[in-house]
Amino acid sequence: MSHSPHSQPPVRPVPAGAVRIACTINGQAREFVAAPMRRLIDVLRDDLGLVGTKEGCGEGECGACSILLDGQPVNSCLIPAIQVQGANLTTIEGLASRDTFNKTVLHPVQQAFLEHGGAQCGICTPGMIVTAAWMVQTGQPAADVPKVLAGNLCRCTGYAHIVTSVQAAVEAGQAAGLTERPAGEA
Amino acid sequence: MSQPLDSKDVSSELPQQPSRHILGGRHGKADSLDAMTGVARYTDDISLPRMLHAKILRSPHAHAEIVRIDVSAAEALDGVHAVVVGREMPTCYGVIPWTPDEQALATDKVRYVGDAVAAVAAISEEIANLACQLIEVEYKVLPALITPEAALQHPEIKIHPNNKHGNITKSVQLAFGDVDGQLEAADLVVEGHYQFHGTTHGALEPHCAVAYFDTRQLLTVWSSTQVPHYLHRELAKVLGLPTYQIRVIQPLVGGGFGGKSEPFDLEFAAALLSIRTGRPVKLLYTREEVFLAHRGRHPFDMNYRTGFSKDGKILAVDARSILDGGAYSSFGLVTTYYSGQLLGSPYAFDSYRFDSTRVYTNKPACGPKRGHGSVQPRFAMEVQLDKAAVALGLDPIELRRRNFIGENTTTINEFHVGSSGFLECLDSVEQASGWKQRRGRLPRGRGLGVAGSTYISGTNYCIYPTELPQSGVQICLDRSGRVRVFAGTSDIGQGSSTMLSVIAAEELGVEIDDVRVIAADSDLCPVDLGAYSSRITLMAGNACLSAAKDLGGKVRDAVAKSWGCSRREVLLAGRRAQRLDDPSVWMSIQDAFVLAEIAYGTMGSTGSYQTPRQEVHGEYRGGTIGASPAYSFTAHIAEVEVDEETGEIEILHVWCAHDCGKALSPVLVEGQIEGSVYMGAAEVVLEHHHVMDSGLKADGSQRDSGPGVEGLLAASSLLDYRMPTTLDTPQLHAMIVEKPDPRGPYGAKEAGEGPLHSAIPAIVNAIYDAIGVRIDQLPATPSKILAALRAQRSGNPL
Repeated sequence: MSHSPHSQPPVRPVPAGAVRIACTINGQAREFVAAPMRRLIDVLRDDLGLVGTKEGCGEGECGACSILLDGQPVNSCLIPAIQVQGANLTTIEGLASRDTFNKTVLHPVQQAFLEHGGAQCGICTPGMIVTAAWMVQTGQPAADVPKVLAGNLCRCTGYAHIVTSVQAAVEAGQAAGLTERPAGEA
Repeated sequence: MSQPLDSKDVSSELPQQPSRHILGGRHGKADSLDAMTGVARYTDDISLPRMLHAKILRSPHAHAEIVRIDVSAAEALDGVHAVVVGREMPTCYGVIPWTPDEQALATDKVRYVGDAVAAVAAISEEIANLACQLIEVEYKVLPALITPEAALQHPEIKIHPNNKHGNITKSVQLAFGDVDGQLEAADLVVEGHYQFHGTTHGALEPHCAVAYFDTRQLLTVWSSTQVPHYLHRELAKVLGLPTYQIRVIQPLVGGGFGGKSEPFDLEFAAALLSIRTGRPVKLLYTREEVFLAHRGRHPFDMNYRTGFSKDGKILAVDARSILDGGAYSSFGLVTTYYSGQLLGSPYAFDSYRFDSTRVYTNKPACGPKRGHGSVQPRFAMEVQLDKAAVALGLDPIELRRRNFIGENTTTINEFHVGSSGFLECLDSVEQASGWKQRRGRLPRGRGLGVAGSTYISGTNYCIYPTELPQSGVQICLDRSGRVRVFAGTSDIGQGSSTMLSVIAAEELGVEIDDVRVIAADSDLCPVDLGAYSSRITLMAGNACLSAAKDLGGKVRDAVAKSWGCSRREVLLAGRRAQRLDDPSVWMSIQDAFVLAEIAYGTMGSTGSYQTPRQEVHGEYRGGTIGASPAYSFTAHIAEVEVDEETGEIEILHVWCAHDCGKALSPVLVEGQIEGSVYMGAAEVVLEHHHVMDSGLKADGSQRDSGPGVEGLLAASSLLDYRMPTTLDTPQLHAMIVEKPDPRGPYGAKEAGEGPLHSAIPAIVNAIYDAIGVRIDQLPATPSKILAALRAQRSGNPL
């Protein structure tokens, strides 16, 4: 063992074959260096500090790591870094905005989760909200909420308050004309 | 609401309840915005400068002696900073101090596939994983005992060589009244053989620990635990450090359900690796490791005999149970008592006997999962009642009503029951489900079933013997009109911090958002025993109420003095102090706090809670287990549809009415009811923590599968362990019943575990109502349904 306790800090060596990847994350141009097959969730959480995206299984089954990749919900634990070259990513950190007074303006889904008690422990919440945001933004029908959320596991709520929250957000989104295309077209 | 209130009553001292209550309002979780915006921080979100990552090498064998471990190749790998093995911290520990049978890392033998053997800290998880593969372990493989039958048949193959009685970890026999006489006199004796399978918690946050042994020799451990106080004690014991040299911090926890209620290998390993390297060390379980860590629901094999009079009165209950404990004791001593001790309510009967034996097997250890040890017997009990109702031609709800134990009474096994809304729970589900109009009129294939249950609001005693309070809370007021609450409580998602905020806000006249709760940091907070046994609302709630009332009284005194009136004429509510009889006279709560600080100095107070001790339980051995200051009550009705072609069961609706005494936060109580019902329903039809059963058979021969297969987890991923999605979850109808108990804060009792219990038998009873077959052995898989239907058609029901 070559290391004394106070030798070099543990910097992960840049692996051979690492590439420079440029993409847009939450509206900002970002560049990072990573091995092509490095998991996107690790890039987000460990390299870029976006720890709002959660890892529940690392196998694409729980949906806690859901993000939007070019507008589509994906499990970031299954996406290799190289795949986001030139892509547009939205994570949970990118959904709320700030108004001119620096006050947080919640995304309609976040607002609905707040009003309807959609979160308990909160670990599935970012993934749920990202998936639900896709529903609002693409005008999915409220009746499809259980089907669309079936890729996001929650262990606390029995989904009842989550489904209520998302349905409220979807309906509010349609009423406010937030959707990118009319409901029913999806 | 006309409960006789004892001296702990709070309302007598509060004639002037605030006009605008925080309590009972439809607020959400106080801190939930953080989760919704991605800024909530869990243990795995912690990253410290110079932090190393650790991984654990696990046993590939279900049962083996460790002959030799060689870590030299792992140590030599570039990027590896330390490797530790079991002999470096050999002290045995166990969450129950009477059964210390675990080691942080195994020294002499491994007892299940996944037992921890060594741990590595490196500059990345990848390198730590590589290093684990370079560790050479020579094992001498021993016969694996996978089933309790095999473990009982082979006491000579001892999973724990120092255990007194073969592979029996605990055996309990308790009897009350003349069971044999009553059974003989009974008009009807129902006999049943039931099996409950293993299931696991499946919290979506994998266990994680970060440890840092700093230059002042202080060890700080951040852990996703639900019992930071017990972790603190066990870390001290195993690492040989005094408790004052250890600080345990529990960040937000992403679900527990009992699966994080004891120390695990990862906390000890991270701590020792940090001590060795002088750097922070993080250890995060993979999902597979979460399944291996387990401590989930014990598989039970149960034989029940229940005697009834012809009018449906229960006369006697005779229960025999074998508990499959897995490789370690965990909470098993307590589980073994719980397997019988909580059956004495909500029904009254004059004789009762149980005989329960917990057995070691070479599988992941079982422990406490939501409804610890009492979910399995409740299943058997409530199906027995359903069978009796059929045999006696009684409505199963009516049968339950006739046997109701009542309020302010004592169970056959001498527990004191205070308030009980059980009858109201039955009424609620009966009405909401349309039971009277619909039952018996549904088409074949569709059915309704009912069941009832009870649960503790905290266990009356600490896990280790002590006279110290179970919960302490400290509150400070600040000059800006805010309130800070310091509590050792573990918010694992259930909302304990919200509960403290609600109580402090209610008493001190501020809004929920004005209260900052600093929780579960052993350096900052008074001790609370943790998030288990549904104890926090009652215990920490009472402690918080006591501290808040103390401060509230002082604030009202100071304001009263400035107004020249009495304290009783001052109301604190809505961020104001106001005259009770003249709302136009008021000042801001900030001014009121300032007046109080001028009068009394820095505004702080503490409150503590201690249980009622002997007055709530019998004096016999084991009488302390199952004793609680107050009991919750629940009733469920389930509606199912069974496809007789495929055997598939669809659970359409579950109505659940739960008596939580007083819902301090109804939205959160509904969430607990819904989450409990969801989890229970999943145990009936989907989930199975199944370990491959190919070890040594009772007759000494090996089962059919090849070597190395025995003890493997068959479902170690979220794909194979089938947690329900939105599409698999029934329509959940949560109803709150409030029968305040004088021992709870504002009358509150538990809501986190009780609502799971009777969901399971209600569903199983509904299956019978739908197709006329009994599923006494869980899970209710399509193949079991089809087999039962075939037997029904052939005239030989199973």
